Amino acid sequence: MVHGEAWTIKEFFCYPNEYIYWTIQIVMYPFMTGLVAGAFVLSSLYHVFGVKQLKEIARFSLVFSFALLPVAMMPLMLHLQQPQRGIEVMMTPHFTSAIAAFGIVFTTYALIVASEIWFVYRAYFVETATTLGEKRERGLWEGILYLIYRILIMGAWDISHEAREKDEKAVKILAGIGIPVACFLHGYAGFIFGSVKANALWMTPLMPVIFICSAVVSGIALCIVTYTVTMELRKMISARKRQQKPWLPSTDELKSAEVQVVTMTSKYLLMFLVLAITLEILDLVFRGYTALKSWDILRSVIYDKDFFKIFVLQYGCGNALPFVLLLLPRLSLKRVVFCSLLVLMGVFMMRWNVVIGGQAFSSSFAGFMEYRLPIWPETMELFKEGLFGAMFVAITPFVLFFGITRILPVFNLKDSH
Amino acid sequence: MIDRRDFCKKALLIAGGMAIPLSALELFDPKRLLAEKNDPSPTRWAFLVDTHKCVGCGFCVKACKIENEIPYDANVTRTWVERYIVARDGKTYIDSPKGGRDGFTTPKIDQGVEHQTEVRNEDIEKAFFVPKLCNQCDNPPCVQVCPVGATYQTADGVVLVDRSWCIGCGYCIMGCPYGVRFFHPVYHVAEKCNFCYHRISKGMKTACVDACPFGARRIGNLKNPNDPVTKVIMTERVGVLKEEYGTKPQVFYVGLSREVK
Ligand code: SF4
Ligand code: SF4
Repeated sequence: MVHGEAWTIKEFFCYPNEYIYWTIQIVMYPFMTGLVAGAFVLSSLYHVFGVKQLKEIARFSLVFSFALLPVAMMPLMLHLQQPQRGIEVMMTPHFTSAIAAFGIVFTTYALIVASEIWFVYRAYFVETATTLGEKRERGLWEGILYLIYRILIMGAWDISHEAREKDEKAVKILAGIGIPVACFLHGYAGFIFGSVKANALWMTPLMPVIFICSAVVSGIALCIVTYTVTMELRKMISARKRQQKPWLPSTDELKSAEVQVVTMTSKYLLMFLVLAITLEILDLVFRGYTALKSWDILRSVIYDKDFFKIFVLQYGCGNALPFVLLLLPRLSLKRVVFCSLLVLMGVFMMRWNVVIGGQAFSSSFAGFMEYRLPIWPETMELFKEGLFGAMFVAITPFVLFFGITRILPVFNLKDSH
Repeated sequence: MIDRRDFCKKALLIAGGMAIPLSALELFDPKRLLAEKNDPSPTRWAFLVDTHKCVGCGFCVKACKIENEIPYDANVTRTWVERYIVARDGKTYIDSPKGGRDGFTTPKIDQGVEHQTEVRNEDIEKAFFVPKLCNQCDNPPCVQVCPVGATYQTADGVVLVDRSWCIGCGYCIMGCPYGVRFFHPVYHVAEKCNFCYHRISKGMKTACVDACPFGARRIGNLKNPNDPVTKVIMTERVGVLKEEYGTKPQVFYVGLSREVK
């Protein structure tokens, strides 16, 4: 069977070679990079602009952004027909292609995040390594940790006051450089689509900007959700522990801190949400108003074929509903989390409607194509470009995050960052 | 201690000194020297389709599939034939079942999703066939977007795919406004018509040109003013497909109609 035939249904006239070639993984790709960029921007709000209230969530989202990083590459590898040659993009980039810059942008960004984390955690590494080093007997895990920290410290054992101040400065600078790079990483994903002149739906210079705004929105939303869930878990654990060790922070203390952070973050969520919606509506109005040759077919895709996905799921449930809910008075934690989940769904649908929606019509403008998401992975191809492949990508960052926080704890740190 | 004035002087000197060998690199760019001495390529391949002559037999599609080893029954093809039926009510029906490989032997029009329709003979205003293939664009977006340079343009204008280098990202498939590209079902890399490059570079015609019993397809060299194909393109009224994309397509059509997509 030809690649694409398994999930494409054609209606009316489509060119014989046309299929939906970019499927669920290409929906996941901008979604995941969006989360990376968004989480990073959130952490930078504290590090660069000194939004004090976000201190707790800043370190959290920085580490989470790090955990998301490798996952931004996964969907691409799963999508390639020749994944073993994927490295060629870095080795022999052809710079007129938007994709060719991927290697450079991605590596730069990864280096920035990694070094920022290093500066944030250096003092912690040193302190922990020193305590572990002083210990007479170390368990196996402690031994491993000790080794890891010693390697990570890379000889920079100085944790005097001045040294720490230098660290802080470095973090600030890196976070500052990181913001444009994160935006670039994601705006550039938008450029990959926006610059395809053969695709009437994709081609708009607004695409990168729309992508950046929705990226920040989704990143913040995911951080809120994950943060709250981890906090709930911590509360449960601490309630149990407190029976033996009453000096640990009480559940109420944890709770009030949490509510404050989360409601504050939701303000930023709201801000970027407004920006994202405005741009998207502008794009839609502009297309309708200028009504180019492609508008006829675009209109039947937007207002007819994909109406439910675009207006009900994306704009309705994903944008308008959380927008109203977040503005209503007496904001509660549950409501913020619920809204964040809706927003995440909305951004995912936006990616879907762009990537799949852009292929929902033939470039002959005389036919439609429908995408049927492969569910059951009967073959490798159906796994990679189907539901299970997408789930695989979606779950990985949480597993990675869990693993990373074994070494880089994000809670109960008393240092100044 | 070096003062500011001194520093500026020295910096200028160094920059200037470095510029000389660099400009030499520019001066002796071998490609440009060659280009100035003699036109690097005496050839620019172009294709001419006379839609008046096409009867929709599909011989070209068959020949192409066999010549270029595209699995015969796979639903992809390097070249295809479209049938246009314009009804009296102004509606246009288009189809190309199996790329028109088996000819158009039934009046039933393929509308996808196992759905067929038919226009009564007396309701047909006009009907015609249009063969399609890669336009070997002069400004090929597929080459522009390939992230690893696996798709490239030869000096004589044909766009080729390097099967050993393509990573299979599909960006070029998205970038081509004519829908001529697909993934090869066996090699799993981007695939498309290349004017039978292995044949034309040896002085032969393409498989489809040889297979067409009616002379609807012809190939020629635009840089040769005496080439009969060039003469037609220069002196007669020919059209190209989707000019608005700025791709500068090099497949020319005689008898194009506004319904053609
Ligand atoms: S017709 Fe398509 S595949 Fe052929 S050169 Fe033009 S853009 Fe590339
Ligand atoms: S599918 Fe192959 S030829 Fe096409 S853009 Fe990707 S790497 Fe290049």
